[in-house]
Amino acid sequence: MKSIVLSFALLVLSTTSFAQGSKFQQGMQANLVLFDSIKTPDDYVSLAATFERIADAEKTQWLPYYYAALATILRGFSDPKADKDAVAGKAEALIAKAEAIEPENAEIFLLKSMNSTLHMLVDPQSRWQQYGAAVTEYREKAKQLDPNNPRVYYLEGQNIFGTPKEFGGGKDKAKPLFAKSLELFKTYKPAGAFYPNWGQKTTEQMLQQVE
Amino acid sequence: MRTLILLIIISLPVNLLISQTRVSGRVIDNKGKPIAGASLSLKQTYDGTVTDSTGKFSFRSTEKGKQVLVASNIGYNPVEQLIDLQNTPLDMEIVLKEKLDELRAVMVTAGSFAAGDSKRAAVMSSLDIATTAGSNADITAALKTLPGTQQVGEQEGLFVRGGAGYETKQFIDGTLVNNPYFSSVPDIASRGRFSPFLFKGTVFTTGGYSALYGQALSSALLLESIDLPGKSEVNASISPLFLGLGTQQLAKNKKSSWGVNYGYVNVGVYFKLVKQTPDYFKTPQFHNGDVNFRFKTKKGGIVKFYSTFANGNLGLRRPDIDSLNLKDAFSLTNYNWYNNLSWRENLGKEWKMNLGAGYSTNKDNISQQVQDQSNQPKHFPGNMYYMQNKNFDLQRRQDLSQVKAVFEKKIIGISAIRFGGEFWHSYDKTVIHDSLYKLIDNYTALFAESDVFLTNDLAAKLGVRFEYSALLNKSDIAPRLSLAYKTGKDAQVSLAYGIFYQKPENSQLYYSTAIGMTKASHYIINYQKMNHDRIFRVEAYYKKYDDLIKIFPAANFTAIYNNSGNGDAKGIDVFWRDKKSIKNFDYWVSYSYIDTRRDYLNYPGKLQPNFVANHTASVVMKRFYTQIKSGFNFTYTYATGRPYYNLMVNNNNKYIIADQGKTKSFNSLNFSAEYVPSIGKQNAKTFIVLFASMTNVLGANQVFGYNYSYNGMYKEPVTPPSKRFYFIGCFLSWGVDRSQDAINNNL
Repeated sequence: MKSIVLSFALLVLSTTSFAQGSKFQQGMQANLVLFDSIKTPDDYVSLAATFERIADAEKTQWLPYYYAALATILRGFSDPKADKDAVAGKAEALIAKAEAIEPENAEIFLLKSMNSTLHMLVDPQSRWQQYGAAVTEYREKAKQLDPNNPRVYYLEGQNIFGTPKEFGGGKDKAKPLFAKSLELFKTYKPAGAFYPNWGQKTTEQMLQQVE
Repeated sequence: MRTLILLIIISLPVNLLISQTRVSGRVIDNKGKPIAGASLSLKQTYDGTVTDSTGKFSFRSTEKGKQVLVASNIGYNPVEQLIDLQNTPLDMEIVLKEKLDELRAVMVTAGSFAAGDSKRAAVMSSLDIATTAGSNADITAALKTLPGTQQVGEQEGLFVRGGAGYETKQFIDGTLVNNPYFSSVPDIASRGRFSPFLFKGTVFTTGGYSALYGQALSSALLLESIDLPGKSEVNASISPLFLGLGTQQLAKNKKSSWGVNYGYVNVGVYFKLVKQTPDYFKTPQFHNGDVNFRFKTKKGGIVKFYSTFANGNLGLRRPDIDSLNLKDAFSLTNYNWYNNLSWRENLGKEWKMNLGAGYSTNKDNISQQVQDQSNQPKHFPGNMYYMQNKNFDLQRRQDLSQVKAVFEKKIIGISAIRFGGEFWHSYDKTVIHDSLYKLIDNYTALFAESDVFLTNDLAAKLGVRFEYSALLNKSDIAPRLSLAYKTGKDAQVSLAYGIFYQKPENSQLYYSTAIGMTKASHYIINYQKMNHDRIFRVEAYYKKYDDLIKIFPAANFTAIYNNSGNGDAKGIDVFWRDKKSIKNFDYWVSYSYIDTRRDYLNYPGKLQPNFVANHTASVVMKRFYTQIKSGFNFTYTYATGRPYYNLMVNNNNKYIIADQGKTKSFNSLNFSAEYVPSIGKQNAKTFIVLFASMTNVLGANQVFGYNYSYNGMYKEPVTPPSKRFYFIGCFLSWGVDRSQDAINNNL
């Protein structure tokens, strides 16, 4: 009961801020919280569509495209039935639109890195050479643009965690990266309103998992 | 609970104050099936939703008046619909059409096996070719594990569906390769000249191939060379049989690369360890060098140049079949220089261009000598011409210069037209027994082809090829047609039909150029079900041969050549590959059945050619153990016996079958293993692969046919030079990953 009350209290808070902010702010705020209440891969489809609508209507905002792409990629990871190449193709189009508005942003390169992972997962054995290189290349580029971004190390940790031990992966090697990510999260401040600020909770979970 | 009700009451009025219009309906595809997850949005607004699993949608909008509703989904063309929002609920049905997409569209697969890393319908990758046990990284040997091929071990070449080895042609980046194999040695199959790692894609057609290619009655093997290498590296290979050293340099901007390689093969040590049946008096040794450069053009095209030079020497002695105490000493010196230049370019406005040019020259100096027990040359009187003819010196030179241009334009979606032409200038000169034979031909071909995608599920490829040979002074027109229809998820049926012409072999044209092209008609039906991990395909075909070359004996040991030969072939090929059922275990199974007869060359009537076995089956297995970083591969091949004939000229000057029979069935179990210690080592400076292989592990006695003595009284089996072939080698590469540089330069 307490949690319901709490969430409704939050709802009230956010509803109040809707009234105060512009339509864009309202739209972003209302939908960003939905990332935390995803239950099925279809919820990502719906969320991605919502962000895409916002992005297409706004035209000059890269963040809704960013979130549309993020939701699309997360759907690709979570939906075993999805045609991963087609989903990644959709994400690529969204990323390109975000990049056209906001070039050289580390967050966008992290999306590219994640999307390359998605492509690779279709057939890791024969694709790791091509897409595996892209995963690293985009992540390294993000690292150069924003070396204190905790998501860089979180994703690097995820990549290493997902690689078999015999191929240079495993949890022992991933652990210091998750630790570094968490360290950075503690002092991390998003660059602006609605800027990406996700990953701390999953990093904590991963850190527990590799203990 | 009270708080909850209170909250609902508070939030309700806000929504009720603004009047909204409800938009609902269903999204279906053009077959009437509901589309789940399709996005609906009112253009320029935030309003919209996605469809549920039954294709239904519903949303409310506070917008008023005329609005554009956009319906879209991954893989479909978006649809825009004008709607009028006037508070009355709207209900509608929207039909989305599937986007024509090269990645999703059906592809013609009848008669073709795609291999390589760039092809989405790949059956084998370059690595598969290298790790197929028994192939020892020879492309041809690996392709022989696919259905439709014969296990011919006494000659090089791919013997496809009843066709002889010379009826399969190889093309690199679109241009013909004149001498794809190392020069022939009697009764021994030579390896191919090209490493599988030069190519990113291989399409092995077992018939019904595109109008872009010609002059192969049975099959075209299409090899597509790699573009820029992924990184700069230096590599070396060490083995008791060969040494190799090379480098590949990728420019910092990743726009160009160059490379040089050198290899030296000497089997002397190996032959000391593994006894060979023939007496090699000149140890086989080969020098190979190649250079390449590639660069990307401004418009995204690529120019590639590859040149390779090879020189080889060998000499071997075998017992003479007509005499107990004589020997035949055969020796060969070969020089080969092959050059290929290609330019692929986007011309804009959906136009593409592919230009290719090639020059190759091949020189063989062959001599054979009948020798006595002390290896001294033996000469014979005139009435023993059949013995004296075994003493010869032969010099042969074959040059081929060619250009090819193909233009392609996309029309309506992914449908395309392609057209172009090619010109081959060939020069062939042989000197033997002081006679000189010289052939010069100018061959011209013009071709056009169109890919027509009626839907993502139905595609047709229509082509036609015009060919003219100046030497024969004959032209012909070869139509090609294929259709593919998607019958279900990952499954499709395709059909192919085509007429294929091929010039007679130069060894026949030496004696008469008054003969015409030989002809084959192919009819193929194929069913394929394929996803990432499993492939099943079955293909049935019928081939008809016309105008095959016949040889009739004439007076004074001469012969008459004409086009009165014919024949047919029919059969079924089955292929199954599964990478999924057992983890890290990959296997494929091929089975071919063929029934074929030909009346050609010196055959007295319709016979099953001596290179054809009725049933052939292969099982290829590969398993990689990541814990020990090692892979183990087995290939087992079985073929039923092949017919053999002794064709002799009788007193009426006609060919007759003096003797015939069937060889015992063919069995071969091959094994190979690789150890890759550097796998997975991030930033490993040295990449090492240790490789070992052994053919015919069980030591089966393989007989490929029989040679007959001149009088036909004695026959001798044709067998491999040694029962087993062993190989061990170490491959090293030192890579410089340029990805870091590329990042730096982009910042």
